[in-house]
Amino acid sequence: MIRFLFRRIAILLPTLLFVSMIIFGLQQLLPGDPAIAMAGEERDPQAIAEVRAKYNLDKPIWVQYGLWIGGILQGNFGESIRIQLPVSQLLLEKLPVTIELAILSMLVALAIGLPAGVISALHNGRWPDYVANIIGLWGLSTPNFWLGIMMILFFSVELGWLPASGYVSPTEDLWANLQAMIMPAFVLGTGIAAVFMRHTRSAMLQVLASDYIRTARAKGLYERVVIGKHAFRNAAVPVITLGALEFGQLLSGAVLTEQIFSIPGFGKLIVDAVFNRDYAVVQGVVLCTATAYILLNLLADIAYFLVNPRLRA
Amino acid sequence: MTAVESVMQPAAATKPAAEESPARRAFRRLLRRKGAVVGLVVVLIFVSFALLADVIAPYSPVEADWSALRGAPTLEHPFGGDELGRDVLSRVIHGAQASLFAGVVSVFLALLIGIPVGLLSGYAGGLVDGLIMRFTDAMLAVPFLILAIAMAAFLGPSLTNAMIAIGIAAAPIFVRLTRAQVQAVKVEDYVEAARAVGNSPLRIAFRHILPNIWPALMVQATLTIASAIIAEASLSFLGLGQQPPEPSWGSMLNTAKDYMTDAPWMAVYPGISIFIVVLSFNLLGDGLRDALDPRHRE
Amino acid sequence: MMRKSTWAALAAVLLLGTGGLATGASAQTLKFGLAEDPDVLDPTMARTFVGRIVFSALCDKLVDIAPDLKVVPQLATEWSWSADNKALTMKLRPGVTFHDGEKLDAEAVKYNIERHKTMQGSQRRGELSAVTSVDVVDPLTVRLNTAAPFAPLLATLTDRAGMMISPKAGKALGDKFGTAPVCAGPFKFVERIAQDRIVVEKFDGYWNKANVNFSRIEFRPFIDATVRLANLRSGQLDFIERLSATDAGAVQKDNKLKLVSVTEIGYYGITINIGKSDKAKTSALGSNPKIREAFELSLDRNGINKVVFDGLATPGNQWVAPNNPAYAKSVPIPKRDVAKAKQLLKEAGNPNPVVNLVTPTTTDASKLAQVVQVMAKEAGFDVRIQATEFATSLNMADKGDFEAYILAWSGRPDPDGNLFSFHACKQPLNYSGLCNPALDEILNDSRLTTNVAERQAAWEKAAKIVNAERPIIYLLHRKWLYAHNAKLTGFKEYPDGLVRFTGMKM
Repeated sequence: MIRFLFRRIAILLPTLLFVSMIIFGLQQLLPGDPAIAMAGEERDPQAIAEVRAKYNLDKPIWVQYGLWIGGILQGNFGESIRIQLPVSQLLLEKLPVTIELAILSMLVALAIGLPAGVISALHNGRWPDYVANIIGLWGLSTPNFWLGIMMILFFSVELGWLPASGYVSPTEDLWANLQAMIMPAFVLGTGIAAVFMRHTRSAMLQVLASDYIRTARAKGLYERVVIGKHAFRNAAVPVITLGALEFGQLLSGAVLTEQIFSIPGFGKLIVDAVFNRDYAVVQGVVLCTATAYILLNLLADIAYFLVNPRLRA
Repeated sequence: MTAVESVMQPAAATKPAAEESPARRAFRRLLRRKGAVVGLVVVLIFVSFALLADVIAPYSPVEADWSALRGAPTLEHPFGGDELGRDVLSRVIHGAQASLFAGVVSVFLALLIGIPVGLLSGYAGGLVDGLIMRFTDAMLAVPFLILAIAMAAFLGPSLTNAMIAIGIAAAPIFVRLTRAQVQAVKVEDYVEAARAVGNSPLRIAFRHILPNIWPALMVQATLTIASAIIAEASLSFLGLGQQPPEPSWGSMLNTAKDYMTDAPWMAVYPGISIFIVVLSFNLLGDGLRDALDPRHRE
Repeated sequence: MMRKSTWAALAAVLLLGTGGLATGASAQTLKFGLAEDPDVLDPTMARTFVGRIVFSALCDKLVDIAPDLKVVPQLATEWSWSADNKALTMKLRPGVTFHDGEKLDAEAVKYNIERHKTMQGSQRRGELSAVTSVDVVDPLTVRLNTAAPFAPLLATLTDRAGMMISPKAGKALGDKFGTAPVCAGPFKFVERIAQDRIVVEKFDGYWNKANVNFSRIEFRPFIDATVRLANLRSGQLDFIERLSATDAGAVQKDNKLKLVSVTEIGYYGITINIGKSDKAKTSALGSNPKIREAFELSLDRNGINKVVFDGLATPGNQWVAPNNPAYAKSVPIPKRDVAKAKQLLKEAGNPNPVVNLVTPTTTDASKLAQVVQVMAKEAGFDVRIQATEFATSLNMADKGDFEAYILAWSGRPDPDGNLFSFHACKQPLNYSGLCNPALDEILNDSRLTTNVAERQAAWEKAAKIVNAERPIIYLLHRKWLYAHNAKLTGFKEYPDGLVRFTGMKM
């Protein structure tokens, strides 16, 4: 166990180093000059030169990279060129929002994906299988932004049931917060429900075909007990590990949904930063989400290791 | 967006069958899954739309007609007119070209990168494998859409560049998948045997390993086509996909969102088309997975 | 097991949540929907249009403009030019304090102008370059000295260059001033959560507080125009700026909403590279004035207006709209003439010129490009749309890496702000590369006098030259479109597109 852990953690560092190089490389690839993009309509050459100097944009790439890495090691993520706030402050502001949205989306995804997967496996090849399949795949087959706009027009403008978009902090007004989050969470959740459905289905099929369940059935146990207690519990293991991975994706993947619903999380922060060439923000957010993703991956691996006795030798 | 979903799952058959060829058996089993068959048929219908767009479409997809500006559906224009008076039906039909093309080409590119790198990584092992895998992990850790946005912005907004961006961003999944399959297969007897008789590693990789990991790749490729079509739509929504006046479903939706209230038909038809095609690819992919996975035998 | 605990959590949330319903927003809060998240809230460093809307709640300026673009008092009550037009003396409003209680006096004005001129990264330096020194005449009188007469100075002070910040806060915060701005406007800064909200609250020490009817304003960015309107419709917002032209009709029909519009002081046009780089020599448009003329004649401005802006814009052919007093009536809008355009192309020996049109990927620009493509084709042009992300396009313009470029300018109250920097030789916004000594002389002369008639005469001459060279083909002047809750009254539209919050109430 200790050796396994040690090995897994040892490979974290090179991965993170590559992540930092990819982000930095991407940013160098982006055409356009942050100083000019920032200048907007004003185009005072001296101001542009001063902005370049202030943010080290006039230095060679490798010097910029070194300065950035050096800063990160001291806990300094740099400063947003556009709004001149420290990136670490922006990250801390957005983190709770992103996590809340990820949790809620996960609940939606599980609520749709697990039952759909179970039903589909139990009725393999018959019509409930197909119905469950289509319900599970529905979100994955619709562009998020599209579903989002449609929901706003229907639930907010037509019916007036929910606020169209915007974010309210849960500490300020929990009810309003949930009202604002329900639609984006639904859009994101349906999008990943399919993943849970697929894995639940295939894990269930596998378990149902196993000797162990056949024995349980042969013993004359009620079908509900067989399914609920034995099959589902065993099928749940890979689904839980998968949940950790999807959670990692959710932390960074809600780009368009956050944009449509004006949810101030990581996704919106980063996409605006890319278009505004606000390099320090892009770097900070990607580094942060990538690290979270890698750590969740590690957790999933550890969980998998712990529940899977064959690996534990 | 759904990048890692099948990484966890060791999909598909790995051993050659004794009596029936694996491809034929898989196809027979695929036909047993109604969902997959429907998916396949729908995909084929849309592919023929795309190929025959010039013949089927009643009007030119780019010719503006000022008299049909955002015109409601009529007999002449059953799907209505768009913001420049172009026929929405014709644009949906021609848009199938761009959208399907985006899905297929970007996945092809991802395979083109992913398979050789994955073979190399899985076969070589050691430091090479370590470096490749750490880099792949890093690529997967960077959000898919951000990677694609950055690359599309770098290459310049166009359909071709969107396809390249999506292809590169999707490649790591195939690297991982290929590598996992190679590692599973390379200890099998027939590979060991091929090595023993002095086959070159390249020959072993292409003659003995690739055919056996192909099914798993096909399943993933089909499902990735579905996500790639959505990704093209997402990039178009941000203005980085297909550029005007040429249509793609994503770019049509992007324009249509400004006219949601007074010309909803501009948005409805491309939206439905995306849904149907992507759903079909997903059903087909799931069906393939079932058909190729020995564990799902009934 | 997971589901059970989830339901329990949801139930708890529901119980707790009902308490929150009672504390709805009071009618005293104005919820304002912005089209973008503003940049830094420091008048010296700020660059975006959207930021100016927030500033109009936070920071008063020395002078303001009236809806007819005349300069009117704000923090300065009166002003006068010296006889040689080289000094502008301003009398300040007595008893004005900043949000932190500091006095607004001549010293503070001097501090501010000098901050604009010297701070690292200042975006105001160019606007105030004419000012050589600032004299404190007495506590309420200040004098701005210039080396040569500079007529546009006064109008410059109606924007960010005229905004006054508290010297105490400015010195304490330095380049971090934007994180907690302290000004002398009707509202003071409360908090900002990037990309979520900027909150300001009523400043009790405001000199004109009788006209301030809101206790708070919450500015929230909603980038998508459809979503912005949806929020207004569902009551999450009371007021939105930059309504999409295609939604104007629907808002007008809705009796719970009110539509307000005003023609902008900026313009939408196509900038042509005629000398910025070598591309000017190789491109058909850049190398031959006849082809440029043919290009303009092939376009139907009314048609563009109808298709792209739902007929809500004003066709134009100059840097100011035809209803602006500075419009040169001797240079009217040319009518579309495809036959003449074809003739000109024939004379130029190039009946089917290729035009590579750099088009930002925004909705309006992309629609405009498609309409231009269709129209110009009738005269024989082969317009190729070169879709480019906005940030990239700015760089290309800067380097002269384009043939033709669709670009909008938000406009400045003094026509000089729409003209000098674009057409005088080597100026920063002169993307076309136009360099005409006769025009430079006219433009420089127009700045030396404060006499309106003399300036107008100079602009007429400039319009003729620009119209012959066609470095920019001006097409339209858009309307600023606002929509608000019908309960809101007292909103007055200004052609600079900014919102004055005094006088508004709900």
